[in-house]
Amino acid sequence: MDRANLNSQLEHLQSKYVGTGHADTSKYEWGVNQARDTYASYVGHYPMMSYFALAENESIARVKFNITEKMVQPCGPPPERRD
Amino acid sequence: MFLYNLTLQAPNAINQAILGNFSGTRQQELIVSHVSRIELLRPDTTTGKVHSILSHDVFGVIRSLAAFRLTGASKDYIVIGSDSGRIVILEYNPVKNVFEKVHQETFGKSGCRRIVPGQYLAVDPKGRAVMIGSVEKQKLVYILNRDIAARLTIGSPLEAHKSHTIVQYCTGVDVGFENPIFACLEVDYTEADQDPTGEAYRETEKMLTYYELDLGLNHVVRKWSDAVDRRSNMLVAVPGGTDGPSGVLVCSENYITYKHIGAATLTVPIPRRKDPLENKKRGLLIVSGVVHKMKSEEGDLYKVTIDYTGDTVNEIKIKYFDTVSVAAGLCILKSGFLFVASEFGNHQFYQFGKLGDDDDTPEYSSNDFIPKDDGTLDVTVYFKPRPLENLLLVDELASMSPLTDAKVLNLTDEDTPQIYALCGRGPRSTMRILRHGLEVTEMAVSPLPANPTAVWTTRLTADDLYDQYIIVSFSNATLVLSIGETVEEVTDTGFLATTPTIAVQQLGQDALLQIYPQGIRHIRANRQVTEWRAPGGRQIVRAATNSQQVVIALTGGELVYFEVDESGNLSESNVRREMSGNVTCLSIQPLPVGRRRVRFLAVGCDDNTVRILSLDTSNILEPLSMQALSAIPESLVMIDMPDQITAGSLTTLYLNIGLQNGVLLRTVLEQNTGQLSDTRTRFLGARSVKLFELNMAGNPAVLALSSRPWLSYQMQSRIHLNPLSYEALEFAASFTSEQCLEGVVAIAGNALKIFTIEKFGQVFNETPIPLSYTPRRFVVNPVHKSIAIIESDHQTYSTLEKKKKLKELGFEAEEEEELDPVVFGHSRSTPGKWASLIRVINPVTGETTFTLELEQNEAAFSVAILNFAVEAGDMFLAVGTAADMTLAPKSLSSGFIHIYKFINDGMALELVHKTPVDEVPHALLHFQGRLLAGVGKTLRIYDLGKRKLLRKCENRSLPNCIVTLHNQGGRIVIGDVQESVHYASYVAADNKLVVFADDKAPRWISCSAMIDYDTVAAGDKFGNFFVNRLPQKLSQEIDEDEAGSKSVGKGYLHGAAHKLDLMAHYHVGDILTSLTKTSFVAGGREMILYTSFMGGVGIFIPFQTKEDIDFFQTLEMHMRNEMPPLAGRDHLSYRGYHVPVKGTVDGDMCEQYNLLSGDKKRQIAEELDRTPAEIQKKIEDMRIRAI
Repeated sequence: MDRANLNSQLEHLQSKYVGTGHADTSKYEWGVNQARDTYASYVGHYPMMSYFALAENESIARVKFNITEKMVQPCGPPPERRD
Repeated sequence: MFLYNLTLQAPNAINQAILGNFSGTRQQELIVSHVSRIELLRPDTTTGKVHSILSHDVFGVIRSLAAFRLTGASKDYIVIGSDSGRIVILEYNPVKNVFEKVHQETFGKSGCRRIVPGQYLAVDPKGRAVMIGSVEKQKLVYILNRDIAARLTIGSPLEAHKSHTIVQYCTGVDVGFENPIFACLEVDYTEADQDPTGEAYRETEKMLTYYELDLGLNHVVRKWSDAVDRRSNMLVAVPGGTDGPSGVLVCSENYITYKHIGAATLTVPIPRRKDPLENKKRGLLIVSGVVHKMKSEEGDLYKVTIDYTGDTVNEIKIKYFDTVSVAAGLCILKSGFLFVASEFGNHQFYQFGKLGDDDDTPEYSSNDFIPKDDGTLDVTVYFKPRPLENLLLVDELASMSPLTDAKVLNLTDEDTPQIYALCGRGPRSTMRILRHGLEVTEMAVSPLPANPTAVWTTRLTADDLYDQYIIVSFSNATLVLSIGETVEEVTDTGFLATTPTIAVQQLGQDALLQIYPQGIRHIRANRQVTEWRAPGGRQIVRAATNSQQVVIALTGGELVYFEVDESGNLSESNVRREMSGNVTCLSIQPLPVGRRRVRFLAVGCDDNTVRILSLDTSNILEPLSMQALSAIPESLVMIDMPDQITAGSLTTLYLNIGLQNGVLLRTVLEQNTGQLSDTRTRFLGARSVKLFELNMAGNPAVLALSSRPWLSYQMQSRIHLNPLSYEALEFAASFTSEQCLEGVVAIAGNALKIFTIEKFGQVFNETPIPLSYTPRRFVVNPVHKSIAIIESDHQTYSTLEKKKKLKELGFEAEEEEELDPVVFGHSRSTPGKWASLIRVINPVTGETTFTLELEQNEAAFSVAILNFAVEAGDMFLAVGTAADMTLAPKSLSSGFIHIYKFINDGMALELVHKTPVDEVPHALLHFQGRLLAGVGKTLRIYDLGKRKLLRKCENRSLPNCIVTLHNQGGRIVIGDVQESVHYASYVAADNKLVVFADDKAPRWISCSAMIDYDTVAAGDKFGNFFVNRLPQKLSQEIDEDEAGSKSVGKGYLHGAAHKLDLMAHYHVGDILTSLTKTSFVAGGREMILYTSFMGGVGIFIPFQTKEDIDFFQTLEMHMRNEMPPLAGRDHLSYRGYHVPVKGTVDGDMCEQYNLLSGDKKRQIAEELDRTPAEIQKKIEDMRIRAI
């Protein structure tokens, strides 16, 4: 398989599956993707959310809201870009 | 080791609830999801009771449910959004009582992933399209239609993706018959991800976006987008088309906004509770809502009124309605009922008493509030909470969620052990004592002059709806009671009162029959009596009757047969039959409606046999078949049970045989030949088994009385045999009256008891003991048999703190009438504040004998019972607490270990001392006359000192935080919060704790139990169950190595020197909260019982033979092929969610064999070289072995 084809396949994967890494993935991107994946999984697994809700003594809906909100920026603002 | 998993009680928390006409009748029904199980509930609007009709395990995670109906149709379909990467549409078939899969379309990978749809479902209110969305980016729209044959069709998916977008909520907008529109709450994070200053993040807006499905062009467009408050969390569609103005209500923190294309935005604040302790900075969220009713996270229900003319909304008004529990789902029935699926605790069913129109609760209107320029509203309005005024509680569905800890114990010395479970949250918490058995509701108890021997009920004519007489037989007399407003004795009934009675029957159209030792009395409606006398010197010993046929057995074993002739007379047949021994019991087949004769008679004799005789006119009393038994039969009952899977009116005739040695047999009686086959056996108790036919939940059932009563009944295609939670009974009969349609009248001692059984299918019945805060753990004092519970609530004012704060604010405690915390919850404090207490309960009386509330913001997390070698005479309680603990980031001012001494026979506690420690002590254990404590990541041994605990030994090599501890001898098993289990040994010579083995994989331990010296079973936070074992050879080497050099060894892969072997791994689907090795049946095999967070109870039974393993593994494999899970998830990958399944067979899957059609049953049976009946028997045997 030639290099160009490989690249285009990779690009296709990256556009289709959010969070697919590439050679220049920064630590921040890696962390953000991991956090978003994790939070999405929490939201999908109801027992997990009720477990959190019990520990925090909050309603499950509030926990879900908080987690979904955190997905917007889970690891704080991105670092300054060094050129 | 090979295990068989069975669910004894499915988790009963509800995460989704929908309403619809699923049967296609006018009656509204509910469908609820218990995450991996879908259940159909049918509310009975006359009695206000909610009945479970069908419950089906889907072996997947149901994340969303929606109901839709095609235009003009009368039946609702069910759409499921799950973790299967598929959209599934189900239809309920009321005839077969099953869910049928109509469509299943694959769109993505399985699992609860970020961009795979399934989290959100929105349907067009006119049933033309459905949107299925994921948490991020992807949304698919499917067009629903019908083909020429009026079958439902589903189109190919249309994409409405938007990358870099987090979706908070989706709903279908009611637009009448215009193009379907779906509304979504979305946040685009593209800018925020690029801006290091954080400015873009702060300016990111949450958008309300309308996606329009253009039915003409067959594609989806973003039609309209409008910024809403960042703290918006939910949308509620407003009726449209001809029913209203259309649009959505956007629920944000503290206020609700009405929005629609081209319509003016209207905003109204959500009233808050008037509470002096309220935290003003905290917002208030709406957590669930349907049109006109909204529900806040405190459990307050609001009524929202929309005032409109044409398509323009003039104002929205909001008003406090009532307070119920916080709901995960809210359904309002057209018949005026409200179903509240609680997030935690029991689910409630309410009836609307009033609509809340004419009370003095303040109502707030959007006209009085002008939002600021950015659309937000910054005003606070209040209401005063009050007890229920508009709603009336009519029924409750039990839910043990959240179940935080449980133990299997026999503290009250009963036949079978009880499960003690900690359930619930905050002030609604309970300790529930679960006993194996159906719950019985006692209606009446009346004492009789002497000890009766038998009881019957009877109607007077064949047309009577209800029973009219209760006939009680004593050893030398018979008493007739008439059932009316009250139950009274009557004398002019024609019954012979001076003799005991053998049988009573309503005969023919309007006659009664009394069979007594000397003869038969045939009592006509006009009180005219015909007597049949037993031949001289012989007595009637047994009798069996139906309304047309009578068989009696005389002493010596002679059978005489009678039939009702055309003129209503009882005519004796000229055939008699002499049996080989004395007749001990007789039973005649029940008479189907409209028939005049049945074919079979069963006769039990004292030569340990049961014979089937024919009642056909051609060969009256001819023997057809015979079954030899292990003991003398005591009682026989033949019943017809409907065969639910083969739809239609097919039934199977069962012969139930109760033996004198306490065994119950159930045999299938072939309708054509009279042959007996497929016998199931079960030991019920020490006393001989008496059987009685009853009617339960509309189907025939058998009540079996031994040392405790049992009920055999059919539900959802399976015959269940469960004990009743009731005292031992002597005799029973069915009882039908206006007040009580399916009751039982029974004799116990000299009392006559009337009771009903309502909650079928619930294997356990509960006795709750109320608690104050969320229970965390409990221990049992083995000497005094008392229970000590620790309870802790986060963000809650402790009693003392509350008083102090109120005083600070200038309120006297007496001034404010206290709201019942069980209904309204405790006042919410700020994060980092705790309320906690230690409680001692007497399990026999269920009373709290002692409570101690912790002060200074301490919260209890662990507890242990121990006795110290230095003070061997006393029992002590160790409680691990933390002061000023915050959850995120984790911090505390100090941890403590409290030591209490049990006083007053173990019913109260006395503080000995408190020892400060540096971390939270999450695990405590009695260890060789000392205390073993897991304090954060440190494992320590303490001994009792005068003022403090004395530190004796310590190991700091554990990775994160110790959460569970067990020991056998010197071996200690440690569960780490994140790094699975570790084995340690205590080397007494060196006074060292040495970790010598650990697990190969990281696992987030939630509970664990030592199965034997080398084996540990544990559950993790992702819902997995696993078993780890130390290789035997290694185990011996370590025990022999007293110096500990072998144990220490050299660390391997950043861990201990040795590794554990994984024996079994299985995804249960719910977080396990306790594991116990126990035996539930007296003398039964040992097994592992688990409880799960959402209120489930299940077991793992070890297989004993290789053949059984092979059989069940093959059966499971066939079941996966023949009955793939309903929600579309692949069964094997579900059970191997995080780690492939190992050494475990899914018994719940195997039990679904009973749901297959006859053809498929036979097909699988052939593959396994058995008959379907043999397979069913094997499956049933596994369950019987367990419980």
